Amino acid sequence: MSITLTENAAKHVQNFLTKRGKGVGLRLGVRTSGCSGMAYKLEFADAADDADLQFNSHGVTVLVDPQSLPYIDGMELDYTREGLNEGFKFNNPNVKDACGCGESFKV
Amino acid sequence: MALLQISEPGLSAAPHQHRLAVGIDLGTTNSLVATVRNGISVVLNDDAGIALLPSVVRYLAEGAAQVGVAAQAVQSVDPQNTIVSVKRFMGRGLKDVGEVVDLPYRFVDSPGMLQLRTVAGVKSPVEVSAEILKVLRDRAERSLGGDLVGAVITVPAYFDDAQRQATKDAAKLAGLNVLRLLNEPTAAAIAYGLDNAAEGVYAVYDLGGGTFDISILRLSKGVFEVLATNGDSALGGDDFDQRIYCWILENAELSQLSANDTRLLLTYARAAKEQLTDHAQTQITAVLSGDKVVNVTLTREDFYAMTQNLLARTMQPTRRALRDAGLSGDDIKGVVMVGGSTRMPQVQRAVQEFFKQTPLTNLDPDKVVALGAAIQANVLAGNRSADDWLLLDVIPLSLGIETMGGLTEKIIPRNTTIPSARAQEFTTYKDGQTAMSIHVVQGERELVVDCRSLAKFELRGIPAMVAGSARIRVTYQVDADGLLSVSAREMTSGVESAVTIKPSYGLSEGDITRMLQDGNQYARDDMQARALREQQTEAGQLLEAVENALQQDGATLLDTASQTRIRSSMDALHNVLNGNDHLAIKRAVEALNQATVSFAQARMDQSVSHALKGHNMSELEN
Repeated sequence: MSITLTENAAKHVQNFLTKRGKGVGLRLGVRTSGCSGMAYKLEFADAADDADLQFNSHGVTVLVDPQSLPYIDGMELDYTREGLNEGFKFNNPNVKDACGCGESFKV
Repeated sequence: MALLQISEPGLSAAPHQHRLAVGIDLGTTNSLVATVRNGISVVLNDDAGIALLPSVVRYLAEGAAQVGVAAQAVQSVDPQNTIVSVKRFMGRGLKDVGEVVDLPYRFVDSPGMLQLRTVAGVKSPVEVSAEILKVLRDRAERSLGGDLVGAVITVPAYFDDAQRQATKDAAKLAGLNVLRLLNEPTAAAIAYGLDNAAEGVYAVYDLGGGTFDISILRLSKGVFEVLATNGDSALGGDDFDQRIYCWILENAELSQLSANDTRLLLTYARAAKEQLTDHAQTQITAVLSGDKVVNVTLTREDFYAMTQNLLARTMQPTRRALRDAGLSGDDIKGVVMVGGSTRMPQVQRAVQEFFKQTPLTNLDPDKVVALGAAIQANVLAGNRSADDWLLLDVIPLSLGIETMGGLTEKIIPRNTTIPSARAQEFTTYKDGQTAMSIHVVQGERELVVDCRSLAKFELRGIPAMVAGSARIRVTYQVDADGLLSVSAREMTSGVESAVTIKPSYGLSEGDITRMLQDGNQYARDDMQARALREQQTEAGQLLEAVENALQQDGATLLDTASQTRIRSSMDALHNVLNGNDHLAIKRAVEALNQATVSFAQARMDQSVSHALKGHNMSELEN
């Protein structure tokens, strides 16, 4: 069971958290929605839930609710730049199929 | 796969439901676009990593447009087709642009807003601005990887509804959905997070390339309110360059420079100014036409000394704004610096001395407005929860209505927070009057001729009544974007004339400043002018009434001597009526009133006896 961040992603998350001024870490998860069934959730976390699973990667606390974990277990979160756009990229080994844009996926 | 951004807790967007929103600072010299990414407001750069887009548009023969640096580079080669500082023309007619003679453009006067003839055809300022916005929109969509739901665009606090509407039109033309127009100082305050700061009053000191604006904002219970704005539309960084330029001429003993040399030296002057921000002195070396060499050294002290009075000129509007807000410098909790010219150390020092505190300068003064607009856009697009703060702005000039005698009656006084609605009741001036013309004006002066006409419309179908008995309710409504609509309704019959006011273009920032200053300067004159017009209106009404009475009953009720006496009083009033002495008119009115006392009594008796004729006492007793 693990969720990891690349060093670059961790650096950006730290940076965003500092500038935001509050928050204990990052919350990752999935929701049932979108054209291929599932969609990622990527949010700031202000507090951990009792049931949350906690991971630590390069100094960043990552919170995942237990229901989401099977869908994203083993995932690596990266931060990349594509042209003028930049943002987080999910490298999820569980994905079997994704919609064209990759925003929603099937396992 | 698509790249994701971190959302606030509980606000992850559903797939394909982007809520991408941007803030745009559509500036006179430069424009920027910013957005909130991962909870932080950032300015979006172009492919070359540059944030500032010069607000310059060049039209090419085949109809295409170049925007930004490319257009700026050819400004002097192709001046007629290269439009700079188009913001000054937004919502303005040809007659409002006084400096036309100095500009290389081929203006076309057209109703409402002026237009510019270019090689690609006739273009309106709205179209030119739309070209700038299109570039920013494209940059934003490529940066964010999706379509925008909307944009918040900033405008100067003193923009009137015509200028605001023109800005909205430009955005629409560029395919942008305008979430809101936001006043520039308010945006700057938001960028500094003052909305989360302690309650209190803040000042925004904005010294740009060619304009100076000061705004006083109050934050209470998380609500922003613009208390007052003031400024000088002809004061900015360019004036500091000009001072250095003159100093070079003097020290290098130059006179009568060619246009090219002037431009060259101004460029060097500007560079010297920027140098002196970080250095104690700077060397200015230039080779002019005819191999004349200029080589002078400018120290910070000299530069400070020669620009002292420019700084003083920013303090006058500052004091006025404080006075409008009913505050003193000590009441100000924080000062926000906006505009590239606030980088100059002497500007920061002057502001510090005036407000007795260190101004906020840690955000880039060129970007702060766009950053604040992005934060606002993010909220309006629904990307931020709980913190539902709302922004209040003010109208820059009073909105009024013309009353009899060409007088202005203010319906919404200036510095009223918007959105706002006010209603006032008016009545008819003449017996049997069935229509009323409603003239909407803007300004601080007492006479309509000294104010700005915004719109005119008519309320028809008022039932014929005695003068003064109709009740016409006129409602002025200013929406959140500062746009005005006016409606009139006759209360007894319910006839209504709800007319949407077409924005009438034509008020410049300079005009606003001037109108505000005039309003104060001519306060005493205006008071007298008002007294005069009121007397004249009253006298006109009296003359008409006496004339009617004489026509009807003069022959039957008065002897020749009395008629002559009244006639001569009327003549006396006629003689002074169009003069400037309201006291003389007042005296003549009183004299005429005196002269007609017995006549009025006789008419009264007559109408009573008419009314009683044919009735007997028993009827009256019932």
